[in-house]
Amino acid sequence: MFTKKMIAIAASAGLALSMAACSQDAGTPAADGGGAGDKITIGIKYDQPGLGLKEGDTYTGLDVEVAKYVAKELGYEEGDIEWKESPSAQRETLIETDQVDLIFATYSITDSRKERVSFAGPYFIAGQGLLVRADDNSITGQDTLGGKKLCSVTGSTPAQKIADQYPDVELQEFGTYSECLPALLNGTIDAITTDDTILAGYAAQEQYAGKLKLAGEPFTTENYGVGLKKGDTELCEKVNAAITKMVDEGAWQSAIDETLGAADYVAGPGNPPTPAACS
Amino acid sequence: MLDILSRYDILGAFWMTIQLALWSAIGALVLGTILAVMRVSPVAVLQKLGALYVNVTRNTPLTLILVFCVLGAFYILQWRLAPASAPLSTHTFLWAIFGLSAYHAAFVCEALRSGVNTVPVGQAEAARAIGLTFTQSLSQVILPQAFRGAIAPLGSVLIALIKNTTVAAIIGVKEAAAIMRVIIENETGSLIVFFIFALGFVILTLPVGVGFTELSRRLAVKR
Repeated sequence: MFTKKMIAIAASAGLALSMAACSQDAGTPAADGGGAGDKITIGIKYDQPGLGLKEGDTYTGLDVEVAKYVAKELGYEEGDIEWKESPSAQRETLIETDQVDLIFATYSITDSRKERVSFAGPYFIAGQGLLVRADDNSITGQDTLGGKKLCSVTGSTPAQKIADQYPDVELQEFGTYSECLPALLNGTIDAITTDDTILAGYAAQEQYAGKLKLAGEPFTTENYGVGLKKGDTELCEKVNAAITKMVDEGAWQSAIDETLGAADYVAGPGNPPTPAACS
Repeated sequence: MLDILSRYDILGAFWMTIQLALWSAIGALVLGTILAVMRVSPVAVLQKLGALYVNVTRNTPLTLILVFCVLGAFYILQWRLAPASAPLSTHTFLWAIFGLSAYHAAFVCEALRSGVNTVPVGQAEAARAIGLTFTQSLSQVILPQAFRGAIAPLGSVLIALIKNTTVAAIIGVKEAAAIMRVIIENETGSLIVFFIFALGFVILTLPVGVGFTELSRRLAVKR
């Protein structure tokens, strides 16, 4: 009886170990070897129209376009890219545990994040913007927000900025921006606020054509960087070179026009950015 | 990393969690008791209505219920639980309590019904035999014993409710999970952040579990 139990326990432990091994295999980075034939795992958002959106087997958006270009410069064809969903709260962990090689996911470069990962880029400079109904001219920028109702995502940087610096603004927070949209469209919310790129992505969606617009100039600076393993300056420099080439070739501008252009989106001041030195 | 504790109002956030849990628990207890009475009543329509409510509510994800409350009922249909002039945070807080109460009432109802099943049929028959009406026998004989028999499962419902308040973060209530999102956004997610909040919930729920076990032992009807 006792031995039977021990065998069962050993078997289940072995099973658990082999499963752990499997998941590690799947996450082995291809970055160290590089070159054609290998795979590269790239983390993107799956739910951000205009930036990183998964629909069936197709991936669209600015982050995806930049990622494809950079991957090509690193020697990976489009078929060698394995996409992986990277929700905001998991990005550092995904990099630290080698589950992804690079992350292009509206990933703002900040000092606290730099303590855990390294950044290449920036490849785009976004800023906090305001999305309003197309027929609403009462909001023209950050100075006209008094008494208005704004919507954003729980705990996000733009939501915190509104709560801290605009005490006379009423802020509704939801789990995702998608939940803000119906309230904005029926007039019970006056504006959605977050990075202007994300807002342009929503405004560019077919079902909102002509109904929404971006109001005013962006009033913060968010440097979108490429997240990678901390201290990997070699990879970082390769990515930076690819970004610089993409801007010089014009592929950068056409990627923006393709993904966010439908909303008449014009990249804000500071664009195209010059990648910062790797460290 | 522990300086997080001083820079963010974590205690304030947990106080909001406690308030949410307390009011929702009261709401769920009241609504759940009414539902339980409906389900054990001799009126077929009430029985069916109660069963319908319980089956629909407890099989709907709480996230969906809360998003419906705030986005659907408050923003789209513009139903208000407070005067229109009240701040947005009051509206979402009240709707969160409403949603949490409505959801957990289904579980309270089922816990109470299991309590009713612990009362021997003889009790009900005796109550009717001495001339008590249905309402009298229910309120004087059956329910007091049912509550005492249902204390342990009611404790489980309360513990689940305390933890489920975290779902209110997605409709913008500033409770523990919302502050956790802020901290992860600013400081990057880490095990320490996770442990701080896990510990907070353990501190809240562990005494509830111990207390309800003790209560159920003391108040159990000795037969």
